[in-house]
This record gives sequence, C-alpha cells and structure tokens, in this order.
Amino acid sequence: MPTRTIDGYCLGIESTADDFSVGIVTFKGEILANVISAYMPPEGGIHPREAARHHAEVANKVLEEAFQKAGIKRKDLKVIAFSQGPGLGPCLRTGATVARALASYLGIPLVGVNHCVAHIEIGKLKTNTVDPVTLYVSGGNTIVAAFDSGRYRVFGETLDIALGNCLDVFAREAGLRQKPGEPFGAVVEKLAKGGRRLIPLPYAVKGMDMSFSGLLTAAVNLLKKGERLEDLCYSLQETAFSMVTEVTERALSHTEKKEVLLTGGVAANKRLQEMVKTIAEEHDAKFCVLPSQFAIDNGAMIAWTGVLAFTHGVVTPIHESFVRLRWRLEEVEVPWVK
Amino acid sequence: MGEISQPRLIKKGAEACLYLADWHGRKVIMKQRLPKKYRAPALDEQIRIYRTIHEPQLMHEAKKAGVPTPTIYLVDAKNATVIMEYIEGEQVKQLLAKVSENTRQKLCFNIGKLIGKLHKNGIIHGDLTTSNMIQTPEGKIFFVDFGLGEKTKELETRGVDLHLMKRALQSTHFQFVEKCFDAIIEGYASVLEASEVKNVLDKIREIEKRGRYITERRGE
Repeated sequence: MPTRTIDGYCLGIESTADDFSVGIVTFKGEILANVISAYMPPEGGIHPREAARHHAEVANKVLEEAFQKAGIKRKDLKVIAFSQGPGLGPCLRTGATVARALASYLGIPLVGVNHCVAHIEIGKLKTNTVDPVTLYVSGGNTIVAAFDSGRYRVFGETLDIALGNCLDVFAREAGLRQKPGEPFGAVVEKLAKGGRRLIPLPYAVKGMDMSFSGLLTAAVNLLKKGERLEDLCYSLQETAFSMVTEVTERALSHTEKKEVLLTGGVAANKRLQEMVKTIAEEHDAKFCVLPSQFAIDNGAMIAWTGVLAFTHGVVTPIHESFVRLRWRLEEVEVPWVK
Repeated sequence: MGEISQPRLIKKGAEACLYLADWHGRKVIMKQRLPKKYRAPALDEQIRIYRTIHEPQLMHEAKKAGVPTPTIYLVDAKNATVIMEYIEGEQVKQLLAKVSENTRQKLCFNIGKLIGKLHKNGIIHGDLTTSNMIQTPEGKIFFVDFGLGEKTKELETRGVDLHLMKRALQSTHFQFVEKCFDAIIEGYASVLEASEVKNVLDKIREIEKRGRYITERRGE
C-alpha cells in the first residue's frame, strides 16, 4: 500500500453527467490543468447514452489538452483518480474505463472518488476554507453538508429532483433557448430580473429536506395558464432559493460553523449568492463562492480529492473500481479531514 | 402584549428567535419569527404569518391526541409572535448521548409512540429532530416546534416525517441510528394498525430509494 508521498502529479477524470473533464494537480494542490468538455443535447435533457458517447469521443482530445496545458508527460503521473459516483451509469462507466486503462498502462494506482466529496474539497482548496457548511446545488444534486466525525454529513437535501434540474426543465417547458455554453439557469436568471410580481408557489421545506417537483409542476401549469414568463422566473427563483437558503441557515445555526461554501452549477446565480451571503453575515460566518470552472463538474476536483485520498493511504484496486450510481456523500470516510 | 417583561434571548434559531420571559407572573417562551432579509418581502410575510398561525393550531391538536406540547397563551399573527408555556427539562438530543443503552431504547420507544399518536390523528410534525423533544424531570416527553407541520393522513407525508426522524438521527446520533430508529418504529407500531405501519415502512424505503438522478420525470 502506498504511504505518504510528498510530491507528484495526479490526473483526475470527471464524467458523472454531461461534462467530461480532465484535471491535473500537484500533490501540493496546484492546479495545472482543468479541461472541460460539455455535452450539449440537440434538444431535451441529458440522455445518458448520448452523453456517454460524447465522453468517449472527446476523451482522447481532452486528455491531450490537459497534458499539454500542464506541461507534463504521462510517465510523470503518480496516481489516477476518477469520479466513481454518484451519477449516470453510462457516463460514469466511460470515465472509469479511461481511468482504468491509463492506470494499468502506466502501472500506477487508481483512486475512486466520490463526486460530492470532490465538490467540497476543491471548494475548500480554492477558497481557503477549513470547515464549511456547504450548499451544493447543481442539475443533479441539492445538498447541504458539513463535516462531523470522519465524514461529511448530509444535513439537508432534495427529496426528489435537484434545484438545477427544476430550473432546466422549467426553461425547456417555456421553450427557452440557450446559447452554446450557457446554462439554462443563466437564461432564467436573466428573465427573472424583469419579474415584477411574486406569484405564490409551493414552498416545500420538510424538516431539513426540500422538494422541488411540486414547485416545478405548479410553475409549468401557471405558465400554460398564461402567467408572465418573467414573473414566473422571478417567483421560481425566489421560492426555490429561499428554500435552500433556509436549510443552509438551519445547518449553520445547528453546527455553529463559521464558513459557508456555495458550489455547484447553480452557484453562479447572483441572486442565490446574495441570499446565502446574507445568512452567512448574520451568523458571522465567512461566505465563499467558487468561480464557475471549479463550481461546475470538473476534473481538477477529482484530481485534488484523489491526492488527498492517495496521500492518506486510500487506493481503489481495479476489481473494486466498479461505478456506484447512488453513492451517498456520508458513506465516504474522509481521513484527511480532522 | 405589553405585559412581557425581561425577555432574554435563549435561542437564535434559523427560523425564529426564542425568548425566555415573564408574562403575568408565568415563565414563558416567546417565539418570534423575524423577517428574513434574504427572502423577498412578500414571500417572507406569507411564510411567517402562515407558520405563526398554523403552529399553535397543530400544537393544540397534538395535545388533544395525547402528545404533550407547551400550552399556547397568545398568538399575535401580525407580529409573527407566539407566547407559550416554558417546559422545564432536557433536550432528547443531549439525553440520547449520555443515557444507558437500555434507557435510550425506552426513550426511543416512547418517542415512536408519540409520533404514532400524532400520525393516527392526522398530524404531521414536519421537523422531527431530537432537539425538538424535551423530557421533563417527571419523564414526560414534550414535542415542540410544529412550525413546519401540517394536517394530513397521507402516507407520503407520514413516510417523509419518519424519514426525517431517521435523517436527524443520522446527522446527530450516527453512532446508534439503527437501534434507535428500530425502537422508534416499535413504539410507532404499538399505536397504529400493523397494515398502516407496514405501508409507512415501505414508503420510507421508497423515499430513501428516490432522491437524485431521476432522468424521466414524466413520459417526455
């Protein structure tokens, strides 16, 4: 078993959903490359098989670009990390296959990384936080988590669809168009600025958990009844963001931690940032939000978490490197956090 | 409400502030839902007034169902303030960690029984955590904070309510989640029909399996 290695390079592969990304980091936490290739469905949502096909097609190109950017060679790598879950099966398997192939070819260890842990770890690295309450909101996840006794505990999460998914589906139902590289959330955010009236929508906080499916259905129904699109975008944002902010505030108040980290694709939304910042200030906590390239799914976060795991003796033998579609955050021990 | 004297902030929760005060010579809790700056004012008012009115109603219903809750003295919807009885005792959150395993099991059984009584009478607590339960020196368990509760007998909501209880155990008492939750279910089953219990347990499993990465929302 490898023990503490002081220096080296780790390559991380991220492929849980629509992004295929490769990151290369040093063991000290310098990010040398973080190349992301997003799959854009011609219409509708992400089809797992089509996204996986995209990943397979771009894998080689993305890898090449990452090595070029990092200015290192394959043989310089000490360890390969990959996102082992949670996520879409076909997408995860594509990334895992590339990772296994590389590791076997180079004869170096493999580390399977939990995608949600990676979001938190890169967040801590890039914002210099130590022990934050994390609000992770994306198209696939809506989680409020904080560290306690060896693991990241989930304090609150969605009971059905993710917040980002709620915004995406609403945007598609409204027939909105996105420019290449522009997420639907950004389109909704722009329209919401023209909102004048708050339309009552189901506000579903259940204990520490949230539900967005009823909110989505109600918003779509009101749209069909002819409510003004800008007002709906505004109301949808206000309601959904208030829900996640309320839960984050409760976690903050419960754990009494002094840092709040906002990450995930939806973290780019300025209104959400403003709301979370407000509660952080009220609780004398530092508010941190990640720049988009590290907030969305990215390879650097996998690579960095791979470094943390590897330098603490965690490796994943090939025969245990099967993907875990529903791998929960709190199942993962994080011995590198004290 | 001018009779309130010497209010002392005892808990600044995320949802409301709790003050310990003297009211007509009684020791009371004043629960005030302060405006949340992060929320749009219209939404904020809607949420605060709704919860202020709803909570005392549910607490009263719970009491009728045989679940101890603080007595409500005054509801002031406009100011989103409720004045209620102060319960002397200890939070179950603290108790669970320090009592013997045997006592813990009994405590959980009793909690389950109380949840069963609530559900049997169509009351959903909405925020079942061990910090919302207080045991008095006489051994009575009071349920507090019904701010997120609702009145329904829907299986789904019952399932979510118990699922939340389990989640609360997982996040604060992860050392003994399984045994505690089993004891809670045992207590719960001593109140409700076996078939109902089975349905709720199936529902909890379904809720646990649900969660993220649902690709097909409807036949699109």
